[in-house]
Amino acid sequence: MSRSLLRTISIPIAAVVFGLVIGAILILTQNASPGTAYKALLVGGAGDSDAVLRTLQKATPLIFGGLAVAFAFKAGMFNIGGQGQLLVGAVFAAGVGFGIDGLPLVIHLPVALLAGGIAGAVWGGIAGTLKATTGAHEVIVTIMLNFVAGNLTDWLAANPWKDNSGSNIVARTPLVEDSAVIPTFGAVPVGFLLAVITAITCWMILERTTFGFEVKSVGNNRHAADYAGIRVGRIMALTMAVAGLLAGLGGAVESLGVDGRFEAGVNVGLGFEGITIALLARANPLGVVPAALLVGLMEAGAARMQFKAGVAPELIDVIQALILFFVAAPIILRWVLRMRHDASEQLQLGAGWGRS
Amino acid sequence: MKLHQKRLLYAGLIVLLVVIWIFYAANGPQTTAVLAGTVRAATLLALGAMCGMIGERSGVVNIGIEGQFLLSAFAAFTVASMTSSLFLGTIAGIGMGLLMGWMLAAMAVGLKVDQIIAGTVLNIAALGLTSFFYDRSRSLGVGKYTNIDLGPLADIPLVGTVLFSRPPLTYLTMALLIVVHVALFRSVWGMRTRAIGEHPGAADTVGIDVLRLRYFNVTIAGGLAGLGGAYLALEAVGTFSRAMSGGRGFLALAVMIFGRRTPFGAYAAALFFGFTTALQNQFQLNNTFDIPPQFVGMLPFIVTILVVALSGLIGSMRDPAALGQTYEKG
Repeated sequence: MSRSLLRTISIPIAAVVFGLVIGAILILTQNASPGTAYKALLVGGAGDSDAVLRTLQKATPLIFGGLAVAFAFKAGMFNIGGQGQLLVGAVFAAGVGFGIDGLPLVIHLPVALLAGGIAGAVWGGIAGTLKATTGAHEVIVTIMLNFVAGNLTDWLAANPWKDNSGSNIVARTPLVEDSAVIPTFGAVPVGFLLAVITAITCWMILERTTFGFEVKSVGNNRHAADYAGIRVGRIMALTMAVAGLLAGLGGAVESLGVDGRFEAGVNVGLGFEGITIALLARANPLGVVPAALLVGLMEAGAARMQFKAGVAPELIDVIQALILFFVAAPIILRWVLRMRHDASEQLQLGAGWGRS
Repeated sequence: MKLHQKRLLYAGLIVLLVVIWIFYAANGPQTTAVLAGTVRAATLLALGAMCGMIGERSGVVNIGIEGQFLLSAFAAFTVASMTSSLFLGTIAGIGMGLLMGWMLAAMAVGLKVDQIIAGTVLNIAALGLTSFFYDRSRSLGVGKYTNIDLGPLADIPLVGTVLFSRPPLTYLTMALLIVVHVALFRSVWGMRTRAIGEHPGAADTVGIDVLRLRYFNVTIAGGLAGLGGAYLALEAVGTFSRAMSGGRGFLALAVMIFGRRTPFGAYAAALFFGFTTALQNQFQLNNTFDIPPQFVGMLPFIVTILVVALSGLIGSMRDPAALGQTYEKG
């Protein structure tokens, strides 16, 4: 393993370790055994083929959510709207999934996925376009769009697209047609493979194409990029649309591969987990996959941890927050580990809400 | 404020009063309920907006207000439930807010973590911690804060019910609006605060300790969000539930921008946002109009987007110049 790779991954790994250690202290405050709890977590997430399937299923939308944040990071933008982009993606994929029948799988499934992706791209694109044309800060716009998406998808699932079968009173769509369900090969859901391919594609785009170069130039120095003739506004709008597309695909995979329908309020929080994952991966698309697998494993094992060790599954959220804190403030870890300071590793995005 | 702006403001206020009077004449109880609901919903937003504006005036974006609300509400609820004292609960809420403000300052000012990421850490941590320690069987035990009538003022029709028969933290918030206004625009502290938000380098040159003042301000501002959390748990709802802040910490940011980072402006914006919430509740209760509640619920968020976008286009609103940037002593 090369030295630079080791250096790059040492902070995320230390962050995970520190997060787990503090998590263990929290477990002790609940009069439970950290050893039992973490063992149950591991077995529940990777103990047998069912557990692995659960982990992969949980990790799939997380990869998309992480990519949606990481890709925007590369252009110096903070996409906090993964939640909303994911919701519209999930509901429109489900809408196409149950609304059309009689199509073969090879057509229906891609169309449903695409519907989710496009819905997400529109949602992200709004924020990017507003940023490019009016300077409205993407953080505030995407947060607001999250709430708009929450209301819109609630309404869709409760009214026009409601599942009226039997005695259902929940705001949810009917189950999607079989031809729109993402199949599973053994313990590997096809959705997961799709997510990994998407991550590799993102990396290729960023590292091997002109568009990727322009995105990174805008992220490194907006004014220099402008001076070099890159159309900064267009790149920012496109970047947010791509980020939205990724999150929308994540929502589509959730609807078509995990739940089989859209149900209002099921995937609350996924957008925020995307932030943790993107930062854990240091905004590298290839790093998003292992980071999402780690979070997915914790989520898949949380139920068993509660059952075996009596620890509330919300511990996972606390550990994630701790990990996020340590990757965001690497200076603490570096001080503990006596590492050299490297200013280039600190992520900086901040600027005002208006023009910048 | 310029003269023509003042005239416009007064004209707007008069039109507003006339409209309210017409509605009150047409349907008294419902108008009273909507306006009382407006003031109720505005209190939390105003506290969050004041928290945000003190931070931003000093150059620090606080996107963690949502988390500050939530964890403070949890602390206020838990302490009030254990001690059977709403007062001690309120103090605990404020204390938790100060602690979280200090944590934000430690990350964003001390460790120079990106400010938006630091706030996000607070939000995610608050959601996780409150869910983890949430004890479903715990209840408040004592009743929530009740309305206090301000003597004969409370007997005035409409206005009495809406403004002078409110619970204590609402009055406190109204008083704090004045305090923060005076402090920001009429005191030495306020001048220094605005200086480190606009030009920290210059402020440093004249001997202001930029980092220390930012630390102090972000911490104190957290106390306001903490009061908001206490208000939420002990006055507005009377219990704690998971993720009960429901995005109002983010709305408070919008309210702050909308109100041009001034306490009174923010309160006006908070009243407007509160009005949409109150209207939504009335619609749901009465089925007055055939508008789905979700669409009324979207309104404040869409308005925020439009305001942020338009303010960028018109250029009438300007962020503090050093907003979002860490300061390195040169």
